Order: sequence, then C-alpha cells, then structure tokens
Amino acid sequence: MKTIEAIQEEIVEEFSLFEDWMQRYEYMIDLGKTLPLIAIKYKTDNNIIKGCQSKVWVHAHMEQNKLNFTADSDAIITKGIIAILIRVFSDQHPKDILAANTDFIDKIGLKEHLSPTRANGLVSMIKQIKMYAVAFQTQLN
Amino acid sequence: MFDVNQLRKDFPILSREVNGQPLVYLDNAATSQTPRQVVEAISDYYYRYNANIHRGVHKLSQEATDAYEKARATIQKHFNAAHTHEIIFTAGTTESINCIASGYTSILKKGDELLISALEHHSNIVPWQMLCKKTGAHLKVIPMTTQGTLDMETFDSLLNSKTKLVFVGHVSNALGTINPIKEIIQKAHLKGAKVLIDGAQASPHIKADVQALDVDYYVTSAHKLCGPTGVGMLYGKSALLNALPAYQGGGEMIATVTFEETTYAELPHKFEAGTPNIAGGIAFGVALDYMNGIGYDVIASYEAELLIYATNVLQKIEGLKIYGEAKEKTAVISFNIGSFHPYDIGSILDKMGIAVRTGHHCAQPIMDFYNIPGTVRASFSFYNTFEEIDRLEAGIRRAVSMLQ
Repeated sequence: MKTIEAIQEEIVEEFSLFEDWMQRYEYMIDLGKTLPLIAIKYKTDNNIIKGCQSKVWVHAHMEQNKLNFTADSDAIITKGIIAILIRVFSDQHPKDILAANTDFIDKIGLKEHLSPTRANGLVSMIKQIKMYAVAFQTQLN
Repeated sequence: MFDVNQLRKDFPILSREVNGQPLVYLDNAATSQTPRQVVEAISDYYYRYNANIHRGVHKLSQEATDAYEKARATIQKHFNAAHTHEIIFTAGTTESINCIASGYTSILKKGDELLISALEHHSNIVPWQMLCKKTGAHLKVIPMTTQGTLDMETFDSLLNSKTKLVFVGHVSNALGTINPIKEIIQKAHLKGAKVLIDGAQASPHIKADVQALDVDYYVTSAHKLCGPTGVGMLYGKSALLNALPAYQGGGEMIATVTFEETTYAELPHKFEAGTPNIAGGIAFGVALDYMNGIGYDVIASYEAELLIYATNVLQKIEGLKIYGEAKEKTAVISFNIGSFHPYDIGSILDKMGIAVRTGHHCAQPIMDFYNIPGTVRASFSFYNTFEEIDRLEAGIRRAVSMLQ
C-alpha cells in the first residue's frame, strides 16, 4: 500500500510534466473519467457537498479498516478534482487521512481552486472526506 | 462620435492581463468597471477635503457637504425626481429594498398581498418573505414565460384590492429581460397598490424617469453604472417616504433627542443615520456625469449592436442555447452548451482571460423554472468591443473541444 504522501508526490510529478494550463485541465478532465462512481442509491441530497457551484456527491465505506470513496459531480472539471482527492485518500486508514495535509494541491497548480470565491468547493470536499474519516475512526476506537 | 477605443482609455483595468491573456471583461451585470474620473473623485476627496458633513462649521466640512449634496442633485436630475430630498443615499440596492420592507412592517396587515415577479434576484425576494412572516401578509408570484418575460395576463388576475405592494425588477439580472414596468405601475395604481422597481440592472443601460413612470420607489446601486461599490440610492415619493418610519436610529437622522423622545429629521436625513459613505456618494454623482457625458442614447444603440452581433455569433455554436429571448432585453446573454455544466465553461474561459459569470446569478427560481443548475452569463457594457465577442466565441469553442 502506498502512503498518502507517496501518492501525492506521484501526482505532483505527473502534473510537473505539463507546460501549460490547457494540458493540466485536459489531464484533469481525463482523470474525471476514471472516478469511481458513487452508487445511485447514495446519490442523495444528504450526500451533496455544500459550497460547490456544481453538485458533488461523496460516499465512504470501510473495508478492512480502510476507507474507500466513491463520488460524482455534474461538472467535468469538478469530477477531475474529486478524482484526484479520491486517488489520494482512498484505501487509507482513517487516522492517516486525518493526519494528511493537502499542500500538494498548491504544487499541481490548482491553488486557485482553494480560494473561496471559486465556489467549486475543493475545500468543502476535503472537509467532507476528513469528516468521514472522523466518523469511521470513532467506530474503530 | 462614439469611439470605444478612446473610451477604454478611461478604464486602466481593461488593459491588464489575466492568465497571460488580455482581459475580456464580460461580467458587467455583476459590477461595472470604474473609469479614472470616478477613481480620481474618490482620491480627490480624501486628499483635499475629507471631513464629516452636515455639521462642521469649518471649510473642509462645508466643501464635503457641498460635494455630497451636489451628487444628490445630480442623481435627482438623472432620474428626474421632483425633489432632491426624495433621493436617499443608501449602501446599495439591497439596503434600499430592506429600508422599504422594514418600513412596511408597521403598515401591512394580515391578509394583505404583495406581488413579486418570478424574475427577481434573491435580494428582491428575501426581504419580502421576511416582511410577510412578520405581518401575516401573503407573497404572490407573477409567473414567467419560457421566453423569460413576465406573464402579464396572470399579473392582471393576481392584482386585486388586497394588493398593497408590487415589486418588479426593471431588468432581470439573469436574463436581461426589460419588464413592462410602466404598464405594471399603472395597473397597480388602479388597485391602490404601491410599486417598487429594482433598477440595479437597468441603470447602466436605461435612464429611468421616475416622474414619467409615476413609480413609487425606485432603487439602484452605483457600482453597476461605473460608480464605486457600497453606495446606492432609494428614490421615493415625498409623501410616501414621510409616511414610512425611520429605518435605522443614529446620528444625522434626528432633529432633537431627549431621553423621553426623539423627533426625526426631515427627508432625506431621516433615512440617513450615521456618517454616510461620503466619498462614495460624491463618486456616484461623478459616475452619472460620466455616463451622461457619453449619453444613454449612444450607449443603448452601441450595446444593441453588441447584443445582436454576440447573439448571432454565439447561436452558431452547436448545442448552444440562449435563455431569455425577450424582444426587449439589455446586452446580456445567458446560455448553456449541451449538457456541459456552466462551471466547466466558465473555468476554462477564465484561463483564457475571459471573465463571465456562471451559476444561478442569485436568481435560483429562474433556474428552477428552466430546470438547469445555472447558466453562463456574458453581460456587455459600452466599453466592450466586437473583437472581445470574437474572443468569447473562440474561447467557448475551445472549451467545448476540451470538454468533449
């Protein structure tokens, strides 16, 4: 199993190959297509992440003490962003998810998406993932 | 002679770059850019005669008071109000609306009815919902048609002797529809109802004559018409404003104060508690002078050309659907392309230096009506060019090819 940090480094390296924003966005759009899709029964209003201009649904389930995430969005770029987050945080122990930092977002040139004015809710997505980790960690304790 | 390139020199921001590309600013319905003349009026105030107004005996205070009151007179003249004291300076459209809504708390009774248009912006919906909750009055909605216009037949049937207030935007922010406010005002008056018109989206494009319209209240914000943010106005007929209770307590708005009783100042001061946004008020006047210097007729005909050109160019893009197809509309194009989310299109356009608005434009009921999450909105100003529309078109085509 790769650590969260190792996966983040991997992503930073992949993004460093791109010369301009267009390539970065195209890659993100492609990543969106690999997103592990949320089952339709979890695609409820309850699972919508607030603070996003586009709709984002995230669901978490635990397998052998590790969290796995599925998600979906009605916007393609947002799908790419959530796919990156899921790649980083899926198949990880809740306590590692809670301890992880997210500085890599800055390094892959997506810092602008962290700004509250972007309203795409990258911050809310990270918060939601960490909330799931808190909830499942409590179950483990 | 209208020379857009000459005019653009008044707006230093228009020559900046965004993401390595020359800025194309098409979010004018959210806020307009500010010409040098207006910025200079603000700095001039702070550099030369910053002082509190209406109370000082000293020279600076007199100069500041004169400039502030001159701005009020400019606004009065622009909107053709009968008296300067009918122009109340506020923090903007939203505060103006809240001021009236709050005043009607003591006037409305249970069972009274308020009519509001389905095209309204959130700031013109929420205060009235709060008012209805407090008073037991009912909020009724004038529905919209698929073209994005008001359903006037239903309006006629909703209007009755219980209707006390009608609130309609002069122009819809999300779609650009120009509403038939004159007809609405006349019909409402026949039933004894008062009318408040939200002029925020109209003011950069249309010169409203409040006396010719016979409108009861008209509100707008300076930042939509080349002025600064944080200042706007409330126009109201003298008799109506006098009958309303004061909105906020504080300095400036009182005549005499004892611990037993306070008597309020005359209009307009009754509604202007505390030290106002003096520089903003002065700059509001300068912004109107700037707009009138170009001429609203000239602005309207140039923007009409921009709208026709942009509509033609954008309609050729496969899958592009324009929302809001009223015959009478301002230079706003709200659209979606196929099933692409407006957020995707807007984010990619931003990367190309093109500023548009995406989302529900604070008018969620309209989006619900069309059953869409939002739109991409390009809103034009007199300082936009045909070349910028070409850049928008190229940008959209590129975004679509990336997203496919």
